[in-house]
Amino acid sequence: MKKFINDIKKFWNYSSYNVKAELKSEVAGSFLSWLWWILDPLLYMLVYAFVASVIFSSGGTPAFLAFVFIGLNCWQFFNRVVRNSVKLVSNKKSIVTKVYIPKYMFIFEKIGTNGFKMIVSFIITAMFMVYYYFQGEIVLNFHMLWLLPLLAMLAIVAFAFSVIVMHFGVFVEDLLNIVTVGLQLVFYLSGIFYDITRNLKNHPTIQNLLYYGNPVALIITNIRNTLLYGMAPDFAALGIWLAVCLVISIIGVKIIYKYENSYVKII
Amino acid sequence: MSESAISVKNVKIQYRVMNKMSLLKAIMNPKKFSKTEYFEAVKGISFEVEKGKILGIVGKNGSGKSTLLRAIAGIFSPDEGEVDLHGHSISLLSIGVGFQNALTGRENIFLSGMLLGFDKEQINEKLDEIIEFSELGDFIDRPVKSYSSGMYSKLAFSITAILETEIMLIDEVLSVGDAKFQKKSYAKMKQLIDNKDRTVIIVSHNSETLKKLCNNILWIHDGEMKMLGTVDEVLPKYNEFMS
Repeated sequence: MKKFINDIKKFWNYSSYNVKAELKSEVAGSFLSWLWWILDPLLYMLVYAFVASVIFSSGGTPAFLAFVFIGLNCWQFFNRVVRNSVKLVSNKKSIVTKVYIPKYMFIFEKIGTNGFKMIVSFIITAMFMVYYYFQGEIVLNFHMLWLLPLLAMLAIVAFAFSVIVMHFGVFVEDLLNIVTVGLQLVFYLSGIFYDITRNLKNHPTIQNLLYYGNPVALIITNIRNTLLYGMAPDFAALGIWLAVCLVISIIGVKIIYKYENSYVKII
Repeated sequence: MSESAISVKNVKIQYRVMNKMSLLKAIMNPKKFSKTEYFEAVKGISFEVEKGKILGIVGKNGSGKSTLLRAIAGIFSPDEGEVDLHGHSISLLSIGVGFQNALTGRENIFLSGMLLGFDKEQINEKLDEIIEFSELGDFIDRPVKSYSSGMYSKLAFSITAILETEIMLIDEVLSVGDAKFQKKSYAKMKQLIDNKDRTVIIVSHNSETLKKLCNNILWIHDGEMKMLGTVDEVLPKYNEFMS
């Protein structure tokens, strides 16, 4: 634990600089430059707004577009961080073989770049919420403040899964295929376009399984409840998943420390 | 007695021989996947390097030289034994670490420098010197992807050469760029190595280079220490062994 904290202190400056560098290099040289940080999520959300409102029906869900965007923002973040982590060590070969850096710092960097994108998406979502506020579909309430702690928890969940797939991704060549299919499945089980708590009322077993068994669905549902419906978070369920993910993260970091030596030789 | 800069005590480095495999193979053959074989690359090596001295390491390919160098640099920790640097800063001289091609040369100086363990202020102090040494002129504010390969290595070399550490580890002496820059970079290397306060370890196959630069030579054979002594003691025997 002490080593973990010291290493984070030591490499924090580099990693945070690298997050900025990566975000910059994604838009560097493009005609619209940093506008893409806003345009990219905005266009993406417009496509989904069309798909969601025209093809799927809202089923009476209030503030439906904001509802869909919250799900998508969270999902995009989780999906990108976990998927990118599978090949992370071999993608950073040029660094890993030349200087020492604790390998989980790469995951922090992914959380940083994708977290930035998620925040931008949430700012855009907030504009839609303003519209719904004036329509009288949502009310301002202090439970909205739970957004940041819930997003922090989403980052911890993403880290827990990423650290495990990153380790095995070094050894198992086709893990990316499996993870991609797995994530696709989780996408449909996370209630991005439907409301797990409302639309599945007639199937309580499935509903409970999705809500309690899938941390991403749990967090998305709770963010919607706090932002849109003025409800308090489900502390018990969130608390249990937070504990589980922290334990997985600790085990993951330990595994990485133990096997880091061999990564260099395999990649 | 002179001060020791690097103490390597009974260092052993093992690799878990784990091959990459597909998931199908791992499932069909779980024993092979979970079975760990060990390969010992460095088998208990001990030596000391005094401050300001230059040690050359020789040995045939696969004898564990680069592995040992990486362990001293801290890229990974030894399985047994210890490496004590007595609080000195260290870097393994390698060029172009962590470069992002879409960013400018100036931004990459910071990126690479921070990865090598320097903070922003330290890099800022040396920034002008690095840019001047690299001879890049206005190109420093253009993206690295627009550089020729010569310009790329000039910048990369300048970063490592100007952001100096107290201990330098060199895996093959570098000379980069055109003939003029090669001369300049070799001279810079020699100046860095000759600095009385700097401790240097050089891995090389070139006996001439080692003869010119080093005080002592360590000869490694199959992960074990074969001989440690002055250049005149070790190099003739090594050359004889290799011929």
